[in-house]
Amino acid sequence: MLRLIVQRLLLLIPLLLGLSVLLFGWVRALPGGPVQAMLGERYTPEAAAEIEAQLGLDQPLIVQYGKYLLRLLQGDFGVSLQSGRPVIDEFLTRFPATIELTVVALVFAIGIGIPLGYVAARRAGSIVDHSAVVVSLIGVTVPVFFLAFILKYLFAVELGWFPTTGRQSATMIATHPTNFYVLDGLLTAEWDAAWDALVHLILPGIALGSIPLAIVARMTRAAVSEVQNADYVRTARAKGIKASRLRGDHILKNAMLPVVTTIGLQVGLLLSGAVLTETVFAFSGIGSFLADSVFNADYPVMQGFVLMIAVVYALVNLLVDVSYGLIDPRLRRQQ
Amino acid sequence: MSANELPVTDGAAAAPLHTSIHGDGPAGADHGGEGVWARAWRTLRKNPVAIIGFVIVAVFVLVALLAPVLAPYGGTELPGRADVRPTMIPGPSAEFPLGLDRYGGDVLSKLIWGAQASLLVGVLSTLFGLTGGLLLGLLAGWFGKWVDFAVMRLVDLMLSVPSLLLAVSIAAIVGQSSMAVIIAIGVVQVPIFARLLRGSMLAQKGQDYVLAASALGLTRRSVTMSHVLPNSVGPVIVQATLSLATAVIEAAALSFLGLGGGEPSTAEWGRMLTAAQQELAVAPRLAILPGICIAVTALGFTLVGESLREALDPRNRTRR
Repeated sequence: MLRLIVQRLLLLIPLLLGLSVLLFGWVRALPGGPVQAMLGERYTPEAAAEIEAQLGLDQPLIVQYGKYLLRLLQGDFGVSLQSGRPVIDEFLTRFPATIELTVVALVFAIGIGIPLGYVAARRAGSIVDHSAVVVSLIGVTVPVFFLAFILKYLFAVELGWFPTTGRQSATMIATHPTNFYVLDGLLTAEWDAAWDALVHLILPGIALGSIPLAIVARMTRAAVSEVQNADYVRTARAKGIKASRLRGDHILKNAMLPVVTTIGLQVGLLLSGAVLTETVFAFSGIGSFLADSVFNADYPVMQGFVLMIAVVYALVNLLVDVSYGLIDPRLRRQQ
Repeated sequence: MSANELPVTDGAAAAPLHTSIHGDGPAGADHGGEGVWARAWRTLRKNPVAIIGFVIVAVFVLVALLAPVLAPYGGTELPGRADVRPTMIPGPSAEFPLGLDRYGGDVLSKLIWGAQASLLVGVLSTLFGLTGGLLLGLLAGWFGKWVDFAVMRLVDLMLSVPSLLLAVSIAAIVGQSSMAVIIAIGVVQVPIFARLLRGSMLAQKGQDYVLAASALGLTRRSVTMSHVLPNSVGPVIVQATLSLATAVIEAAALSFLGLGGGEPSTAEWGRMLTAAQQELAVAPRLAILPGICIAVTALGFTLVGESLREALDPRNRTRR
């Protein structure tokens, strides 16, 4: 198991190197080059020359790339043009918000998707089965930001059950030791702050969770309907095993492997979706900040965030691969 | 599970939408010798889900092509400009059946022209992705060895960035225009098609008929072009149909992020949806109508793609 983890972490190195080359090239491919991109409307020849010297743009490309890489290794991703703060700081203060949102989305998707898919497969042709199909079609075809609009309009604007925007009410006075607002509230025993933060997560969480919900429900349904017809399930049933054990140990456990893979693959989609959902709800995570940086042509942020998000994505997929071993002892032996 | 013992249950491993067609064919009917495509067509015709999908797609394409005839006003016209005030956006009336938007555009006309814009983005970006993926996939599948390795690592790199971020990064280079949106969405599709095509070509390469063709003295080129490629085409067509759905949705997302360029009053579904954000409480129809158009169009292409996948899947063949 440890060997697998080390192996996979080592494989990350060429991936990140490749990405850094692409992102290095990307900045140079921007219209007007990096200096124009960084200065935007503040462009003057003097400012351009200053930045050029500062960034060493007069040096050969390979030297420039080496320096860029060196800075990356020291955690220096440049400075945000919008806020003037280091990109890495912006990322670290906002990432907890996106993690909270993603967790709520996944809890929603898994909490509904797996039972829905399971019942749909066990009672093929029933109302539950049909509604599972409808749910998975909605998740695939309705744009996530449109769903976010509708949820916001219905439940926040019209009914007023949930807040329309933000991570916490402006009037809420709370301390934030970790920047995970719900966790902060629990740690500092500010229960009302934790509750307030949680309520702010519900609508964006549901909107974001609609994509993985569709896919989880569908994969579960397919996997369960295949497994429930397997010979070993028939044998188990024939020897008179208790229904609950048949469901848990024989059907669900065996059906979970493809589902876990699918959930891992959704993380990329979730991060894409977070850009849109966070923007609709003005939720200050990495997604909405990234969207703002697109608007404001804040290239250092785009460059740094893409790289860091790719790292997160790769690590999550590693985690998924490791969890296979926990679910499936056959794979543990092979590894 | 042995080949001659396919269970007649719906929901094989490919996770089909469950209106399955297994066992629908006349029992014992002999369709021996017919091609993959003839068989697929025969199953599709009997699948209600596929028919719904085809009807949606047909209506969408017709509306898009006939936009100049169908739309009461031009795509850039603002016929109701004088009637719109910041506090009051007129709803449906005899003259404007779906009402006006904040710029004074006729919503019905804009929805119709929006179909044309969506079709254009969908088809062009899918063609772009398909061509790029085809070239990369062919390169990898044909030369193998280190070329294959290099191409696949490039594909891995592109897939390691979440698709929307990749599209946004590309649009940042190309500039803000509808062409940028098409290129960005197309580039995102390239690695998907490349991987798919390479995978299915590798699978074909191991088949006996390829060995037979080589044994008969056919060159690698003619084996690849006239045997391997045509046989790998099924999954690619399925993916192309599904990517038309994705393109419509992603184009809206890129518009939403402000990468579409041009006037904010442009007749594009994504743009209309984005502009409607500010009037959500006053005129929710401005958001709901284009949203439904996007969802229904995406639904049509998804249904067609999924039923095509099902029909082409050899595991789902009717037993004879």
